[in-house]
Formats: sequence, C-alpha cells, structure tokens
Amino acid sequence: MNAPRASKAPKTPGTPGAPGASGTLDTPGTPGVPGVPEDKLLRALDAVTAGRAEDAVLSVRGLTVRFRLRGGRTVDAVSDADFDLAAGECLALVGESGCGKSVLASALLGLLPGNAETSGTALLVSPDGQDGTDLLAADEKTLARTVRGRRAGLVPQSPAAHLTPVRTVRSQLEETVRALTGTSRRVRRAAAEEAAGRTAFPADHLDRHPHELSGGLAQRAATALALIGDARLLLADEPTTGLDRDLVDRTVDELRRHADDGRALLLITHDLAAAERIADRVAVMYAGRIVEIAPAHRFFGPAGPRHPYARGLLDALPDRAFAPIPGMPPELSDLPGGCAFAPRCPRATDLCATRPEPAAGVACHHPERPRA
Amino acid sequence: MLELDAVTAGYDRRAPVVRGASLTVAPGESVGLLGPSGCGKSTLARVAALLHRPDAGRLVLDGTEVRAWRHRAPRELRTAVGVVFQQPRTAADPRLTLADLVVEPLRATGRRAEADARLAELAPAVGLTPDLLVRRPHEVSDGQLQRACLARALTLRPRWLICDEMTAMLDASTTAALVAAVEAYRAETGAGLLAVGHDRVLLNRWCDRTVEWKDCLPAGK
Repeated sequence: MNAPRASKAPKTPGTPGAPGASGTLDTPGTPGVPGVPEDKLLRALDAVTAGRAEDAVLSVRGLTVRFRLRGGRTVDAVSDADFDLAAGECLALVGESGCGKSVLASALLGLLPGNAETSGTALLVSPDGQDGTDLLAADEKTLARTVRGRRAGLVPQSPAAHLTPVRTVRSQLEETVRALTGTSRRVRRAAAEEAAGRTAFPADHLDRHPHELSGGLAQRAATALALIGDARLLLADEPTTGLDRDLVDRTVDELRRHADDGRALLLITHDLAAAERIADRVAVMYAGRIVEIAPAHRFFGPAGPRHPYARGLLDALPDRAFAPIPGMPPELSDLPGGCAFAPRCPRATDLCATRPEPAAGVACHHPERPRA
Repeated sequence: MLELDAVTAGYDRRAPVVRGASLTVAPGESVGLLGPSGCGKSTLARVAALLHRPDAGRLVLDGTEVRAWRHRAPRELRTAVGVVFQQPRTAADPRLTLADLVVEPLRATGRRAEADARLAELAPAVGLTPDLLVRRPHEVSDGQLQRACLARALTLRPRWLICDEMTAMLDASTTAALVAAVEAYRAETGAGLLAVGHDRVLLNRWCDRTVEWKDCLPAGK
C-alpha cells in the first residue's frame, strides 16, 4: 500500500550517504567515510539538506503570531519564522516550554483562538504539485474541507485526550476513513484495519476503548488517524511527552518511517535526544523566534550549534555538561528590543541591543565558532 | 534511613501494582529508581512519601515505622518528606499565586509568620523572580510552575526528598537548573533523595547510585 506514495517521493532521503536520515546513530558525531576528508563530507551533507528546499512541501516565510490581550497588552508568540520542509524530511523544532513552538503548529492548521493575529505566508503545495495553498490566508472552509487531515495531519501531544473515550479505536478509525475518503461501508472495515496496520497497531486491540490501551498503543492509534488522509505534511506536537525512553524511541522511529515514505515531518519537541534520533535538520526557537536552523549532523555532531542559546541548551543535557543556562526566558508579552537572549548570554555586547538578522542559519551577532 | 521493606501496594487488593518491593536510602544518600512506564515505581514513591497506604510491607523513616498514611500520618513524619510530582499543573492549586503556593506548607502547619523569610530564601534558590511570584499557575510555563513546586517541597526543610519524574515535562536547561537546586539543598541540609524516573542518563548523572526496578522485587519475580 506504500507503492503509490513511494513513487511520489523521488528525492526520498535515507539514501546511502545521508546519515541522520536513518536515525540510528548511536553516538553524536559525523560518521566518517574512509578516504573522504571530514570537511568535504560535511559540505556534501549540507548540500543534500539544501537540495530539499527546492522540493519543499511546506514553505513558511515571515510567520508571525500575536495575541491581543485585554488591557492592550500583546503577546508575541511567534515572530518572523522562515523555514522550508521537503518531502521525506524531518525538521525538529526544539525549544523550552512556552517559547511558541505549539502556537506555530496551531497557526499552520488554522487552530488559533480568535484573539490571534497572524501575518506572513505558509505555502503548502497541492497534491498535483501545482501552486499551493497559503495556510495563513485560507478560510476556515478550505482548511476544514481540504487541508486538515487531508493535506496536513496532526499527531497530537496527548493521544489519550485526542481520542474519544467513549468509542473503540475501530469505530474512530472507520469514522475518519468515512469522513476523509468517503469509502463505502462495505470496504470501510478493511480500510480501517489497513490504517491501523500502517502504524503497527495490533488488530486484536481495535475493539478496545482508549483507556484500555497503553501510552504507546494510544499514540499509534492517534498516529493512524493522522495518516488516514494520506497527508504529505505531518505535524507532530510533542508526540513523546510522558513516555519512557524505549517508547520515545519506538514512537519517533515510527514517525521517521512515515517521513521516509515521502511525507514531510515537522517534529515539535523539547526532547533533544528524540530530535537527534530522527531529525535531518534542527530549528531552535527562543522567545518566539527561530534563532538557528542547522543540519542535525552538524548540530549534534562535533561542530555543534552556533547560537549561544542552542549551545547552552545542548550543554544542559545530562550526558554533556549538565549545566543550566543562567536566568529564564523573557516574557513573550514583554520582549526586549534587541536580541531576546542577550540578558542570559555570555557573549553579549552593546551590539546585542539591536536585533540580529538571520545569516547562514544563525540569528546572532556573536555566533560561536564550530567546536571541531 | 528510609527503608521500604517488602511493600505490596496498588489500587485493587486483588491485583496489586507493586508486589514485595524493597529499597533503602541511607541518610544523605541520593538513589535513582529506574523503571519503564507502568511498572509501579510511582506507586512505590507515593508509599515512601506517605501518600499511599500499602497493602502489606513496612516503611521505616529514621527508625520510626510508619503506621498511618496521608492526613492520618503524624505531622512530624509527614513534614520530614518533601515530594515533587511529574505534572506541575495537576499538583498546584490554580487559585494560589506562586508565592502562596510555595509557603502553603508553613500556613498549613501554623507557621505563617515564617513565610516571608522562607520565601525570600527559596525563590532565588529555585530561580523564581519577584514578577513570577505574584502570578497564578495559568500565567506561567510548566518549567516555572515546577520551580515553584520544588520550592514548596523544600519549604519545611524535609530530611527526605521524593522526586517522581520531576523533570519529564521539562527542557534540558530547566532540568539541569532544578537538579542543581535539589543538590544545593542537599549539600546544605544533608537530606536524602529518592529520584524516580525512566531516564537512565539523567539518573546516573544525578544520583549516587541507581537501582533497577526489577532489582527491588523479590528474586524470581
């Protein structure tokens, strides 16, 4: 059943020579290839990543989301986000809780509350590859009838809360099959079982209610629902929160497989280990801005991230320095005029009173040198 | 000493979640308890925190066997143990400001007069700034709320600290900051720690020793 999708994804990564795509690197670092100098290899890997931008399923430019609160205050939840996401690629959006990651995902699906103001563009290509739909400009009818579930699937943060507690997994799958594909009643049962099979959800658990499932199986059921419409874009919003490490690994490996089938995967997470496991590229968000986008092999490898915040976040891991970044992030309703990280940054100077524009994937006046 | 001896506990006497688990934490020691989700480690942590009465087995705290649980436990035992849970949202009264949340244990034990002084010590120790202390839980992030929940656990200067997946919801930097705050408290007071979790890398880095869940159970189980 993967055959039609595979033919749609001519540039599927995961091809030999694209490490990171396989998601099975045990040690951080760039795998050496005998006879190839390290810097050449890194450049080649960067080129592979850059090539995906031309093949973008989703192109986001200047995405900005503000919430107007009573009393005239505004919350700058997302500011000027730019990124491309290609078929077969996994982009991990990382950052601490409250930095705007989930708001970005909600904006892409048109699920923001009424007091939100958005600007920018988020172009989702059409299934036929023709000019796409701007998700930020589309009206609710278009989003509801042609985008959500059909062209963009959501893998939710809490499957237990996403599934209806009063109905079995089978009945929810069949309902989604009917709503999205209009399959006749006769073959709906088979279609639902096929959808479950795609996420390795065991067939003998289909007649169970959500509360009778373990966390991992509930996650697979929710993922199966997200895949029914055969959307080319998958948004996974903290899909591994609260799961233990084995289950995290299994869940993200499954998501990686769906990306390898030719989907574009945006993985929103605060779990850097999960991002390292499956991401091709990493986008770091701080105070509503993407401050660095880097290929995963560079970010987690010996070279390391270049933005001081990204480096601090990585160094806070227990298998690295285990040292917290001093201070706390600023309020999104009261952002400083210049670089939002400057008050916590060891490299800050007077220059940081003006906002750094992104250059070569880093928005910083004093980016760190590569470690190696 | 915090001694859990052959504890059987659960939510249905016919099907206990924990069967005969034993674990000892020496004074001043930090022990990490590792286990997969659903294995019963949180239930054992609740027993150690005097929050769940076991069906069988003993809990001995500094030589005193615990015979009453939850609100029935004598105050001097209850206040000897501080607890931090995984989910700060469900562990915080939404009506209280963070400042009130942190000093609630002092109010509950009739020591309201000490509240201001203790808050002034605890807030910087866990990294809470004055503008956050006047807010209620819905106005702060998970990480900020968990900082307040940790401060609350330390308010009465417990001899024992139970951290049940304290950092599972948090980003790497907040995790490192909260662990540093716990360790600073322990260095100052000599308190013992039982940290329950599934992150082997974290617990190995954090604790003096880590124990596998299966090694807490009787042999052959």
